[in-house]
Amino acid sequence: MSRRVRLVVFLVGAGAVAALFAVAFLAMPPFGRTQHLYRDLAVPAAVQHVTANVVSSVNFDQRGVDTFGEETILIASVAGAAALLRPAKEETERRPPDTGRTLEATRLVGYLMLPVTLIIGVDVVLHGHLTPGGGFQGGVVLATGLHLLYVAGSYPALDRLRPLEVFNILDGLGAAAFAAIGIAGLAFAGSFLTNIMGFGSFGQLLSAGTVPVLNVAVGLEVYAGIVAILAKFLRQDITVVSHGDAQEDSE
Amino acid sequence: MTVLVALSLTLVAIAGGAVVLTENPERQAVTYSLLGLALGVLFLVLQAPDVALSQVAVGAAVMPMMILLAVRTMRKDQRQRRDEEDS
Amino acid sequence: MNVYAYFVAGWLLLIGGFGIVRSRHMVHAVVSLAVAQSGTYVLLLAVGYQRHVPAPVFGSTEKPTTHVVDPVVQAMTLTDIVVSATVSALLLALAVQANKRHGTSDPDELAALEG
Repeated sequence: MSRRVRLVVFLVGAGAVAALFAVAFLAMPPFGRTQHLYRDLAVPAAVQHVTANVVSSVNFDQRGVDTFGEETILIASVAGAAALLRPAKEETERRPPDTGRTLEATRLVGYLMLPVTLIIGVDVVLHGHLTPGGGFQGGVVLATGLHLLYVAGSYPALDRLRPLEVFNILDGLGAAAFAAIGIAGLAFAGSFLTNIMGFGSFGQLLSAGTVPVLNVAVGLEVYAGIVAILAKFLRQDITVVSHGDAQEDSE
Repeated sequence: MTVLVALSLTLVAIAGGAVVLTENPERQAVTYSLLGLALGVLFLVLQAPDVALSQVAVGAAVMPMMILLAVRTMRKDQRQRRDEEDS
Repeated sequence: MNVYAYFVAGWLLLIGGFGIVRSRHMVHAVVSLAVAQSGTYVLLLAVGYQRHVPAPVFGSTEKPTTHVVDPVVQAMTLTDIVVSATVSALLLALAVQANKRHGTSDPDELAALEG
């Protein structure tokens, strides 16, 4: 199918979809309405389980099985990307080149912001049940914080700080911890992922039962997964060459 | 509807069109992070701070890095293949 | 204009599809897919929005009340954003591997090589 035919077919299809959208959107409830049935059920349930951040409560307490499924998608994508980016038989890995040319200002900001970003990431993960945040967001902040080392120009330091086997194990460990807490709920209270720990008082760090523990498990898994994927991409780009010729990239 | 919500929605629509109409994938990484920022602002205006945090972290840092690394790797592999065919 | 937000979501979805159809580089197609996905996030959050009420997070200054924005759609959207980033990583790895095997990053040329 040539490009022109493909474009015409797409335009016909898109026109039909746009017409369906118009019919559907004009019949939907108005934007900004006051009637939300799920909210009227979810907010009192979260307050009953002493969780200040209702979104975290929905994610890890009321809808925990769906989050478990999404976490499995994450770990499957990491495994798939790792398998696809493995060096082939005719490729070898050369030693990474020494630190490239970076501006002094970039290097300073990178080194200064690295511990700050890591601490912010841990804070976002731990306080997920009290303030906006949680395992998913904090895990991404941690992973990007670690790669400030790469931005600051020293890929060998990043490579040494980030043993790939350890991060693969941490990834699986996070997912297994999530499943283990769910099975503990099954063992002690009769259904998977029930909130079995003590609730505590509203607004304290140790409140909301299993929600902060699940946040830590998901944060660990997202952090290790994203670092593993980026490590595979970086390794493909920087160190893998085919047939052993070592040409420097001019970009 | 308040002016802020309408403005954020318009900004997101324009940024989405800009990302798709950028042909060069390296430039698309930069435009995509701008779309991520516009989406973050929209989510904040729609009173969703968790979602805004997630979007800004992913769309401004992780995705552009992966896009640029993939484009660089593909260009390097094409150049190596061309050098092998020439020699 | 009560439906402007929904139409922006529909526009993002269609323009993402247009980008996938017209792309000349596999990475461009992956990024256009990400644009289409962000259209669904906008639609989800627009469904759950209520005017002049705060976010569903309580603290020392906000007492628990049901006059907040819908938290269920926000929970769905935020896990979706992180997971779709890793799925895009999988697609980019596929594009890198296809480029290595066939020597081209143009999806149209890929179809021609299969024969």
